[in-house]
This record gives sequence, structure tokens and C-alpha cells, in this order.
Amino acid sequence: MNWKVILNIAKTHLITKIKQTAIAALGVTFGIGSYITLVSFMTGLNTMLDDLMLNQTPHIHIYNEIKPSKNQPLTLYDELSNSFHVVHSIKPKLNQKKIHNALPIIQYLEEDDQVRGALPQIKTSIFYIAGSIEIGGTLTGINVIHEANLFNLRDYIVQGSPEALDITDNGILLGIGLAEKMSLAVGDRVQVSTITGDVFPLKIVGFYQSGVADIDAVQSFANLKTVQRILGEAENYITDINIKLKDIEMALPMSKKIENQFDLTAVDIKTANAQFETGTTVRNLITYAVSITLLIVAGFGIYNILNMLIYEKMNDIAILKATGFSGKDVQYIFMSQAMIIGFVGGILGLLVGYVLAKFIGTIPFETAALPRVKTYPVNLNPMFFFIGFIFAMVSTFLSGYLPSKKAKRIDPVTIIRGQ
Amino acid sequence: MMTPILEARHIDKYFKKPVKFQVLKDISFGINAGEFVSIMGKSGCGKSTLLYILSTMDTDYEGELYLNNALITGQNPDKLSYIRNKHIGFVFQFHYLLSEFSVLENVMLPAKKLAEKSPQEIEHDAIQKLHILNIPHLAKKKASQISGGEKQRVAIARALINSPSIIMGDEPTGNLDSHNSDNVFNIFKQLSEEQGLSLLIVTHDEDFAKRTNRIITMEDGKIISG
Repeated sequence: MNWKVILNIAKTHLITKIKQTAIAALGVTFGIGSYITLVSFMTGLNTMLDDLMLNQTPHIHIYNEIKPSKNQPLTLYDELSNSFHVVHSIKPKLNQKKIHNALPIIQYLEEDDQVRGALPQIKTSIFYIAGSIEIGGTLTGINVIHEANLFNLRDYIVQGSPEALDITDNGILLGIGLAEKMSLAVGDRVQVSTITGDVFPLKIVGFYQSGVADIDAVQSFANLKTVQRILGEAENYITDINIKLKDIEMALPMSKKIENQFDLTAVDIKTANAQFETGTTVRNLITYAVSITLLIVAGFGIYNILNMLIYEKMNDIAILKATGFSGKDVQYIFMSQAMIIGFVGGILGLLVGYVLAKFIGTIPFETAALPRVKTYPVNLNPMFFFIGFIFAMVSTFLSGYLPSKKAKRIDPVTIIRGQ
Repeated sequence: MMTPILEARHIDKYFKKPVKFQVLKDISFGINAGEFVSIMGKSGCGKSTLLYILSTMDTDYEGELYLNNALITGQNPDKLSYIRNKHIGFVFQFHYLLSEFSVLENVMLPAKKLAEKSPQEIEHDAIQKLHILNIPHLAKKKASQISGGEKQRVAIARALINSPSIIMGDEPTGNLDSHNSDNVFNIFKQLSEEQGLSLLIVTHDEDFAKRTNRIITMEDGKIISG
């Protein structure tokens, strides 16, 4: 095979028909460009939405659930085991909220290879006191530095910092909704009252904004020790353990294992957010469906133009064959034209897509739900560029194949005698 | 007896559409090295059909075809392309140059395909062929910008580029005025006499045919003389 000659002929054909070549290449450029733009924008949005939900959510949440015992005394009585039991008005068993032996459990979990971190929390209901008004809410005791590292807490602190909370013994990170209700600023003091009625003054070191208004109107954070002191509990008083895993796929089996091992309730992230995953999948599906449609349209454009080119070049094909070019040579001439169009159009498309995506990334996009997001999120993953390029080459190959196959089969005698 | 360059043995050819019809009936003949042969006959007698079979482009026939004593009937298409490229030069009634390429590139193309010589040698050869045909000044022109007589000479130069065993022509002068047609004949004659090239030319032009070494006359798919 003499590629130099073949490519030279292909090049001459393309250059003399520069307008058609440009139109065919632009078709590919358009397809690939929109693919890159769409996919980076869509996955950017997807990631943002995922983060909104998943960043703060532990992969496994362990707590003591308040629920009635499965085994009522009646069922333990052997002689009635084959009978139909009716027990009225079952009440949950009086159970401590505290996780028994929480500290050894955390230590055990931290040693597990699959665990990135297991963080203790204390969740408690309190009242915020503003003058004569009491506002109900939740105070969560956290290990703030670790929370910031593992659960991106920092992204949701709109004023102040995790460090400020860490070093302030009686500090509180107040929900932004609460702060607005009570018109409080950083540095002010707020009084909280426990359910038992004890009142504590806490110093506001920052504001927290999750993006969900209902949460921001009730939720505040303080150090573990502060909450333990408010509640008058010992240092081993822990109500929740949040686990972040190295591989999110391990959440379900791990949670089952923990439930069995420690007789606690462990909820994995997928069970907690099942619908959410479906949404992500569907959005990805739409992105790919649109991109593939665009590429198919571009592919038909190339098919059309090559077909026309081959009709115009019937004489050339006949003469090439008469002077010793084989059918394969002729096929390769037209295939390489398609591939050159695909290559040039594809590269241009990647550039156009990159520029457009970058541009989208500069458009302001502010929403109360996402305090840290200032512009539209785009995800410029190199993988998309790779896929886009492969797409361009494959689709031009396919759309060039049939016309070039036809050129290969053209009988020179018919053309020459037909004159 | 001289060994023939090209030999046809018992060639039969049928057209299957619209009805089965025998175009060529038991054609046998040979062309010797350095012979200048013309084929004459009325339209539809099958002379062009015969030429395309001899040229290896038409493979749908019965009988045997030998080039330089080697059987070429039944060879695969790639091999036939190679044979056309190396051993057969073509000149058609219509000039069939690649109009987007320069004259020089048109002449060089079959040699580049053959790729037996370096690009420099090929270019040198091509310019030499253009000199033989007295058209070196056209080398850089686009094939679409030259006159009909010039195009035919370029086509001859292209046919010569790989130093073929035989040159075939399908009414190469059919589309030219008498002056240009004379010119082309003289070029053929010269090639045959000076370079010992074999030529096989299908023609309608009786004056042209009379001046060749040998005339094969065909009628109704048979050779009736020559």
C-alpha cells in the first residue's frame, strides 16, 4: 500500500472542494463541540447536586433507633409459639440514646482498612432563647476539624471557620436562619436551654448555611465537649457515629455487618438516598442520548458529502483504476478523506467544546441553596475529550465506509465506455 | 517465430443484459514485440469490448489471455491492478486526466503507485517523457487548463511512465482534428520504431490504420482478417 500517493490524492480532492470539506468538518465540529459542552456542563451540575446531597451525608450513619422490641415477652413463651398473638398498644422500650461503648467502637472502625474516618456526634434538642421567645432547634456536638476534613463542613460555613469553633470552648456555629430570626452577629452571645431547663450562654463563632432553609432554621453545631457539658453527660456520651468509606459501594455490606456486630441501627447512603441516584443516572442518559444524536446527524452529513464527491469523481476513479490503482487503493483514498474530515472536525470540536465549557464556567450562578457556588459548575474531565475524539473518528469512519466501498466496486469499463 | 507480448486464445464474451448475446466469438491472436497493430471494425463489432478484456479491466470472459507468456486470466484483482500499472499503458478517446492535478503530477501518478523508483527519479522520468512528446512547458499547468491535443499527449506520456510492455488505445485520435491526430500517430510510430514498443490501437480512422504494421478487422465479434 502506497500511503503517500493515496493521502496526496485525498488531500488534493479535499482542498479543491474546500467548501464541501469545510461543511462536512463543521458538522463533526458541531457534534463534538456540543458533546463536550453538554457533557461537561451536565456532569458539572450533576457533581454539584451530588455534592449538595452526598458531601454532608455520611456513607454509613450509626445510631440507636427508638423502636418497639421485636420480641415481645409473649413470643418468648414456648407454649404459645404456634398461636396467633394479638398485643395491643405496644410502646417502644425505654432505651438510652447513647451508643453503648461508643469510643471502643469508633476505635475499632477506624482500624478498618475500608474506613476513611468514623466520627462521633451528639445530637440533642435544645431551645434557643431570644428575649422572651424560645425557638426549638437541634444542637449537634461534633469534632469540628475532622468534620471539616471528611464531610466538607467548611463549604457550608458562610462566616467564621472550623478552627474558630475548635479553639472556642463555649462556641457555637449557628444556623443562618436562626441568626436572621434573632438578628445575631458573629461575636454575639446566644442562650440555649436544654429540655431539662438548664440555660447556657454560648458565643457565636460563625454561621452555618446548608442550603436547605428548614435545616438552617434549626441546626447549630458546637464542640463535642461543650454539648456533653450542657447535657451534663460524661465524655463517653455519643449518640451517633458517622462513617466515611474509601469506596462508597461498600456502604451497604458494611452497614449490614455493623448492624449485626453491634446491635445498632446502621443506615447506608444508598438506602437513604435511593431516588437521588436514579436522578443522576437519568441525567447522564439524557446527556449521552443528545450527544449521540448530534454525532449521528454529523455522520449523515459526511456520508452525504462523500457520496456526492464520489459521483463527481467517477471519471477520476475510472482513470485511477485503469492506470493500476486497485479497488482497495481507491477505497482508501475516500476513507482517508473521511478520516481527515473527522480528525480536523473532531479536534476543532474539542477546542470549541473546551472554550464553550470554559465560558459557561464564568457565567454567574448564585443561589441561596449553594453558598459556595458563584458560577455555573463545569466538569472538564480529560476523559470526555478522549471519548469525544474517539466518537469523531468512529462516526466518520462509519459514514465514510459505505461510500468508499461503493467507489471500490465501481467498474472502470462502464465509466470509460459510457462516455 | 517471435514470442508474442500479448496473446489471446479462444476468447468468448457474452453480454447478459438485456438478453444473452455473444459479443466476441473465439478470438485468437497475438501481438509481437515492437509491432504496431490497429483494430478496425464497425461500431458494435466488439472491438472495444475486446480491448477492455485485453487490458485486464474486464474479467468476465471465457478463454485465456497471456501477457509476456504468463497467464493472466483468473488472477485476483490486486494482481491485475499491478499488471495494468506495470505492463500496460492506456490512451483513451477522452483524455481522462485528473483535472485537479498538474500535468506533471498526472504523468507521475502511475509511477508513484508502482513505487519502484525514488520520487526524484520519477519526476526526472516524467519530465523526460514530456520532452519526448514536446510538451515540457506544460509540466506545471493544471490538467484542466490545456487543450485537447495537449491532453492526449499528456495521456500518452502517462501511459509511457512505467515503461510498459504494450500501449493500448481506444480511439485515441477519435476526438482530435486531423493535425493533432497526425501528431499522435507520429508519436506512436516513433515509439514503436525507436523504442520497440508494442501498440494496439482500436480506431475508426482508416488513414490511421493503413499506416500501422498490421490491421486486424473485426465483424460481428469475429476476426475476419489480420
